[in-house]
Amino acid sequence: MTAAVELVDFDDVVARFDPVMGIEVHVELSTTTKMFCGCPTGFGAEPNTQVCPVCLGLPGALPVVNRAAVESAIRIGLALNCEIAPWGRFARKNYFYPDMPKNFQTSQYDEPIATDGFLDLTLDDGEVVRIGIERAHMEEDTGKSLHVGGADGRIHGADHSLLDYNRAGVPLIEIVTKMIPDTGARAPEVARAYVTALRDLMKSLGVSDVRMDQGSMRADVNLSLSPRGSGLLGTRTETKNVNSLRSVERAVRHEMSRQAAVLDAGGEIVQETRHFDEQTGHTRAGRRKETSEDYRYFPEPDLVPIAPSSEWIEQLRGTLPELPWERRRRIQAEWGVSDEEIRDLVNAGALDLVEATVAAGAPSQEARSWWVSYLAQQANAREIEPADLPITPEQVARVIELVSAGELTNKLARQVVDGVLAGEGSPDEVVAARGLKVVSDEGELVAAVDAALAEQPDVVEKIRGGKVQAAGAIVGAVMKATRGQADAKRVRELVIERCAPVSG
Amino acid sequence: MSELIRLTAAELAEKIHSREVSAVEAAQAHLDRIAAVDGRVHAFLHIGSEAALASAERVDAALARGAAPASPLAGVPLALKDVFTTSDMPTTCGSKILEGWQPPYDATVTERLRAAGVTVLGKTNMDEFAMGSSTEHSAYGVTRNPWDTTRVPGGSGGGSAAALAAYEAPLAIGTDTGGSIRQPAAFTGTVGVKPTYGGVSRYGLVACASSLDQAGPCARTVLDAALLHEVIAGHDPRDSTSIDRPVPDVVAAARSGARGDLSGLRVGVVRELGGEGYQPGVRAAYEASLRLLEKLGAEMVEVSCPHFEYGLAAYYLILPSEVSSNLARFDAMRYGLRAAEGRSAEEVMANTREQGFGAEAKRRIMLGTYALSSGYYDAYYGQAQKVRTLISRDFAKAFEQADVLVSPTTPTVPFPIGDKVDDPLAMYLNDLATIPTNLAGVTGMSVPSGLADGLPVGLQVMAPALGEAVMYRVGAAFEAARDADEGGPLIARVPEVSA
Ligand SMILES: [Zn+2]
Repeated sequence: MTAAVELVDFDDVVARFDPVMGIEVHVELSTTTKMFCGCPTGFGAEPNTQVCPVCLGLPGALPVVNRAAVESAIRIGLALNCEIAPWGRFARKNYFYPDMPKNFQTSQYDEPIATDGFLDLTLDDGEVVRIGIERAHMEEDTGKSLHVGGADGRIHGADHSLLDYNRAGVPLIEIVTKMIPDTGARAPEVARAYVTALRDLMKSLGVSDVRMDQGSMRADVNLSLSPRGSGLLGTRTETKNVNSLRSVERAVRHEMSRQAAVLDAGGEIVQETRHFDEQTGHTRAGRRKETSEDYRYFPEPDLVPIAPSSEWIEQLRGTLPELPWERRRRIQAEWGVSDEEIRDLVNAGALDLVEATVAAGAPSQEARSWWVSYLAQQANAREIEPADLPITPEQVARVIELVSAGELTNKLARQVVDGVLAGEGSPDEVVAARGLKVVSDEGELVAAVDAALAEQPDVVEKIRGGKVQAAGAIVGAVMKATRGQADAKRVRELVIERCAPVSG
Repeated sequence: MSELIRLTAAELAEKIHSREVSAVEAAQAHLDRIAAVDGRVHAFLHIGSEAALASAERVDAALARGAAPASPLAGVPLALKDVFTTSDMPTTCGSKILEGWQPPYDATVTERLRAAGVTVLGKTNMDEFAMGSSTEHSAYGVTRNPWDTTRVPGGSGGGSAAALAAYEAPLAIGTDTGGSIRQPAAFTGTVGVKPTYGGVSRYGLVACASSLDQAGPCARTVLDAALLHEVIAGHDPRDSTSIDRPVPDVVAAARSGARGDLSGLRVGVVRELGGEGYQPGVRAAYEASLRLLEKLGAEMVEVSCPHFEYGLAAYYLILPSEVSSNLARFDAMRYGLRAAEGRSAEEVMANTREQGFGAEAKRRIMLGTYALSSGYYDAYYGQAQKVRTLISRDFAKAFEQADVLVSPTTPTVPFPIGDKVDDPLAMYLNDLATIPTNLAGVTGMSVPSGLADGLPVGLQVMAPALGEAVMYRVGAAFEAARDADEGGPLIARVPEVSA
């Protein structure tokens, strides 16, 4: 056991050490069937209801490769600027584990489908970092163990374990970065930005639902520290199955501080797997890797090699959608917004919403303003994502349209939006039900102005005496009388008009 | 003894389809025979009387309605090696670890037999997980050779071969990983065929070594084997290594071969399998076989396959490597035996495997684990794969010079039970001549070629991948000529088994 150590202050860590990272991300593909059989892959089904002889590894059962999974893998590889292997085999990774039906995992070992690519990240300050992609390979997921009777579901102290094989055989893509050096103090941010970019990419490719909370995307972070400028490679740890973007960032930060503390205390970093604890933000030791595990890889004899033709690869390249970074660049140009503005939109999770609002006819300026200010506040207050607000981009566009047509003031527009959010119907229905239309009937307005003027003769005198700014009091009274539904600008004009010195 | 059990499958099928004999009578005759002699032979691990009779009844009912037979073998009884999954009978692979396991699904071979209306009598004994050359490595006791019940029937498919020789079934299915169909065929005076790799689906065949395993027909005549071959062969989308090409017309080939003319055909005599180190009786029978082939008009050419001598070594690295991985699933988690003791999943797994696997299975698991382990992979598994490539090239070259190749099937006649069980290396030598075909994925058969000291000897005929037609033609021609010379089939001389 390593003794508990005081963490080293992060700034101090980066002043003296260079972090070196490597990130492995597992992405569950959202194919309708599993990697090697026809079982459905849906999440949340009753345990062991989505299984067959093949994914249970029953004696005699044989795998058959899911073509849709291979297509997804190739498309991911192409989007990551990788080379696609013209020929490759699956391999067996042999190890015993109760939730692994065959006690080997069918994977790609030395013959991955995609190799040597890159992904460019734009950090918050606009700096672009290129992350090298070592490889992306296909494999099958394992089942899940549920330990009953112990503390917090861990195997230690449990009195029995249950096994659910629904997830066994679900297709996975493992994407492995090359070593990421020289990120310094930005290491946590780079790690998070990388996983975020991958998530957005998978989403735009439509190959996975990338729900980190459900485990359909999970990251393993390898990290080591090297004394600043020494060029020496430190011993690395692997923090496994980090399952939120924020945790990725925190795990890197914590592991840097922890490793620095161990080194400062004259200790040695143990090569091991670690687990990230959401509660404390710390990592704790898992399995030790004193000797490297011997997986006894060998080519899977039950499957024929995969040999995608160049025609097939090109055809799949043709199916790639506009990739997230291309889209951002295009939108930025179309809307004429700054790097910072587009980044804020992305960070607020509002880019899709704004784009949809613009597509529904709203000017981009107004659309952005609504989503990043008033609606963002509303989402924040409800502790949900803007996308989960009960208002559609089309409805927001309609509100904007009503404002620009002069039928709503900004203040009224917010009330309309509140009505939509409260489930009172479409913007037009809310306007009608709440009677929120701007009073545009000239006769009505004149009557209201005259009534207000009659009540405040002293103000009328002041205006007539040239103190035009005194008109505000009358305007306020008119707005109050019309419950805010009058166009204040027009009211002001009318007040001044009615108070003009009688000529002639 | 009912005369029905003496008929060949083709003859029996004819009588059933012409409704001279009912399928139920045929099934019952064989079930009676099993009841009478299997206590001594022990060819069967499970008998499925009820299911067999029900299946036979369905065939009879269809024929009574005037329907055409579902296949040329509809209503004919068959013995199935206990390595194929069956949804109505246990599947144990001769292992304690699967004792009583009832699979929830049928193997493709099982399905095809059912669809063809073949009557599956039961499951036959075998060396545990198809590893062995004598059927002494079954957890459920040895199978005896009907020719001499103190001797082994060969392995691993000794049960299937013995069932044929004891007239318990006219047809059987085996699997051949390094000779497990052909070697027992030679030891029992029957015909056994290892089809081209991928020719018959492996789906539902409990794997021994995936890259070598091949299911195939066992019968008492070449024609019967061909008829069964057609029933079980053909592409299966559930097995990605299964060949998506038409099945060679082996029945027509067997029929034309039986007319006995091999002129224009080149028969390659493999120099390296020429009888050096073979028992004198085996060598003599082989030499007589070569003369017979020549008499049939074949052009005899000597071919050399210099890498065959490394075949045995390569095989005993590749096979255990795949075995160590394939047998890993027997871990007590989902089916089969579970050891009662153990405080963790790992301990339960380890104890179960300790109790459930026999000595030969353990030996091979350990060999394979070692051969694949890091640092040894290149020296062992990698090297063996290179040998495998060289053996394939030897075959390719030889098949440029000859249409088929021949050799003795085994170096010895059936050996006494217990003789080699403590000497695995001596046991392994038995598969010397059969192993190269598995390594190269080509096809091979064993046809009875004579008797040595009153015990059967086989001739091996080998052909290129998907070259089954020419192989069956040669096998049938040889069989016909030999029967003519001998005044009848050799199998007729098997002594009556006393219970
Ligand atoms: Zn399945």
